[in-house]
Amino acid sequence: MSSARDTIFAALKAGYRGRHESAATVGTDAHLARRAPHLVPARAKPENRKAALAQFTAMAEEASATVARVHTMIEVPGAVADFLRAHNLPMRAVMAPDPFLDAAHWERRRTLEVRKGRAEPFDEVGISVAWRGVVETGTIVMLSGANTPTTLNFLPETEIVVLPADRVVGAYEEALAPLRGTAEEGAKHTLPRVVNFITGPSRSADIEQHLQLGAHGPRRLHIIIVDDQATPA
Amino acid sequence: MNAFSPRDFKANALRALADPDLQRALGNMRQGFIERRRSAAARLPEFDALRDKARDIKQHVIGHLDLYLEAFEKSVVANGGTVHWAKDGTQARDIILNICRLVGAETVTKGKSMVGEEIAINPFLEANGIRPVETDLGEYIIQLRDEPPSHIIAPAIHVNKEQIADAFRKHHRDLAPERPLTDRGALLSEARRALRERFLAADVGITGANFLVAETGSTIIVTNEGNGDLTQTLPRIHIVIAGIEKVVPTLDDAMALVRVLARSATGQDMSVYTTISTGGKREGDLDGPEQFHVVLLDNGRSALIGSEFQEVLRCIRCGACLNHCPVYGSVGGHAYGSVYPGPIGKVLTPALVGLGEARDLPNASTFCGRCEEVCPVRIPLPKLMRYWREREYTQKLSPPRTRWAIRLWAFGARLPALYHFGARLAAFWLYRRGKKGGGRIASLRLGEGWTRFRDFPAPQGKTFQSQWRGARRHRAAP
Amino acid sequence: MLPAMTPPANPSVGLFVTCLVDLFRPSVGFAAAKLLEAAGCRVAVPRAQTCCGQPAYNSGDKLDAKRLARRTIAAFRRFDYVVAPSGSCAGMIKAHYPEAFAGDAKWLPRAEALAAKTHELVSFLHDVMGVKAVPGKFEGIAAYHDSCSSLREMGVRAQPRALLAKVPGLALRELPGSEVCCGFGGTFCVKYPEISNHMVADKCREIAESGADTVLSGDMGCLMNIAGKLSRDGREIRAYHVAEVLAGVDAAPLGRLRAEAEEATA
Repeated sequence: MSSARDTIFAALKAGYRGRHESAATVGTDAHLARRAPHLVPARAKPENRKAALAQFTAMAEEASATVARVHTMIEVPGAVADFLRAHNLPMRAVMAPDPFLDAAHWERRRTLEVRKGRAEPFDEVGISVAWRGVVETGTIVMLSGANTPTTLNFLPETEIVVLPADRVVGAYEEALAPLRGTAEEGAKHTLPRVVNFITGPSRSADIEQHLQLGAHGPRRLHIIIVDDQATPA
Repeated sequence: MNAFSPRDFKANALRALADPDLQRALGNMRQGFIERRRSAAARLPEFDALRDKARDIKQHVIGHLDLYLEAFEKSVVANGGTVHWAKDGTQARDIILNICRLVGAETVTKGKSMVGEEIAINPFLEANGIRPVETDLGEYIIQLRDEPPSHIIAPAIHVNKEQIADAFRKHHRDLAPERPLTDRGALLSEARRALRERFLAADVGITGANFLVAETGSTIIVTNEGNGDLTQTLPRIHIVIAGIEKVVPTLDDAMALVRVLARSATGQDMSVYTTISTGGKREGDLDGPEQFHVVLLDNGRSALIGSEFQEVLRCIRCGACLNHCPVYGSVGGHAYGSVYPGPIGKVLTPALVGLGEARDLPNASTFCGRCEEVCPVRIPLPKLMRYWREREYTQKLSPPRTRWAIRLWAFGARLPALYHFGARLAAFWLYRRGKKGGGRIASLRLGEGWTRFRDFPAPQGKTFQSQWRGARRHRAAP
Repeated sequence: MLPAMTPPANPSVGLFVTCLVDLFRPSVGFAAAKLLEAAGCRVAVPRAQTCCGQPAYNSGDKLDAKRLARRTIAAFRRFDYVVAPSGSCAGMIKAHYPEAFAGDAKWLPRAEALAAKTHELVSFLHDVMGVKAVPGKFEGIAAYHDSCSSLREMGVRAQPRALLAKVPGLALRELPGSEVCCGFGGTFCVKYPEISNHMVADKCREIAESGADTVLSGDMGCLMNIAGKLSRDGREIRAYHVAEVLAGVDAAPLGRLRAEAEEATA
């Protein structure tokens, strides 16, 4: 008795009768090996760094994220504290244990209590660092990993993301390119478990078609762009 | 719950037309989605070129599904995941149940999945002692109300806030009765609170997939709420259920399709969360599921390959066709009695449940063509509906009266002399009838469908052809 | 579509009169002929024409549709152009005849030849013949309804508006939903009358809300549907085919008698 898999493939092959088998395989192999974007819109090709950051900020704000800008990592804890105070939030956050964030020297700001680890249900504020920012739609790209738990992006009501300015790229494909292997290398562990493209805070219009923020994911997304870091991505 | 079958389309449509709450919701939806898609398209000069690309990518894949599915399976396995194949809904349900049993699952959270509806997984899990909880807010609301979704993207579009409050009061045990639920913000907070508990307690998370990527063995989901992400990250097991036509070759193909998906569906440039998942937890990861399973469902799709309906498999489930369809906009989703309503449903449903059951659906269209006009992968929906009508005609499924009326007309029209004679008679007779009514006819036997709601404007009395013969003699061309 | 740079000189035009015009409203056919001749065309009306076959085609009766299509193709072979006062019938010939004969070595080239020279009336006058002025005059505020096939199969949108703008006395009102189907859809309106009624009721409400006293369209099916609903609702809005207004109205509006119409405009 043939398995479901056999049945399905037999049905497909029957539908493709008349197709030249080896030509088809060569065609699909070639397509699978291709690593190039199809059509990148003009808005994903900013002229220079300045235009890129300006457009990123504008698009992120249009998606209801808020954006702040600091010059160095040392200023980040202050920017975080400012944001939490402005929204009457507790001065307490869980943070991704990413060594990159150590450069901010969080311990110097006593009023801000920061714990490293994954997000727990009681955490109200999460801080993480972005893999990339995409100008095309003001999108943040986050990877899962030993130092970057995914739950940080979804459990706390407020998400704060540190985005080094030199991690801002134009189009989605540019954010993915360093993660991809070649066809020969195969699929094993090229991508991390999860790549999140995040554009603004969580929302739903399921209640009478009226848009509201904070459906299940964060109600607030605050992006802090940091200027002068040469980051090993 | 009303009978839910395409056979009941006419009766359900009548009910829908007489439902003021539904009509109000449909009106809002129409304005909202249509206008937003229009402005999203206007904001992106490359939009139409991207739609052509999207069509080409899907068309290519649909021509080589077996090869890309093989590649996808290989990639999933390389990343430690498991691929299961299901010929039909029964097999898919059994596979999912077995996986749940492996970990002794008691509750299961679900992201939005049309395929999940298609195989009716929820009642099946419940019957087997496992509690499925819909996490997409709209799906959650209709789950509480025990009704099917009325729209692919906005399943609870027909429900107002008072009805939502009622559903919460009825089902949320921890909800204090004095807690006010009159405004939408309060309702959202309550939903978030209740569902947060479910997310955290779930043993298994089931999501659909907008795309399956062969290059990396990844599945991609697109949400605005983040419920899909909580569904797949928190539990021990992540199960993806998807139709076999969802596979795309590479991440470049996926991103090209992502660019047209949200814009077509809701008018957003990008949905809030576009998530690429590849396998289960990696060594060192602080969170994530231990197991990653992909259940691939056929359920009639492979039968479309090589048929005149093959192009319908390009569909990326954006819902734009529903939003723009004047028939859907009049009767809403439930009337179709199918998991897939609207124009896409008119083509897909007969393929999934059989033409005999679903024959009203491809017929209930004026062929206005708006669906095809807005489809991001340019599926020629009216043409495919017409193919179903052709099959219906040759299989003699339509009522004899209709078939004979068409044949009679066509027969007469093949004989010009007979045709012109008949036309003169009809023109004259109807003109006389009309004269009594001041130029209009209020009721016509055999034309009751028309005259029940409209007057019938009477003809002018003589046919054009008969008058042209006479007038031509006196006509001088410049 | 941009107007032709140099319009053809004295082309022969076969008028595809359409069954609805022939049977219900010949004044549209005469208006079409008048406009075509004023533009410099030699107009003939082949007697062998009957129906384009669309009712059969859309009902799934491909066999009968093709029989009628073959007759139509044969009847119109000798003309430079074939023009119909209907986006629906012109669309059937242009978009669907080649489709119906796909793979037919004998009839596909003929169908394609006919399709290539078939036009909807107003777009033909504007785009091909480069018409800049029209003989008609019309006192009234008119809303224009775009028929679905004109809009989506034949690319007719700007042309009727451009020519109507040239009619003295006529003020044009844009309907917000001018691109939304009126609910006629051929047999749809009698197979699903309640849904059809719902759609045409929306359309009529919109026309009334626009303040127009007249509704115009390029397709008789839509026009009869809308006019019939306006009449049943007791609305005083008149309905004409756009060709009639461009040529100079010579008949009572749809669903009215001549004497009554004259009284109304007196």
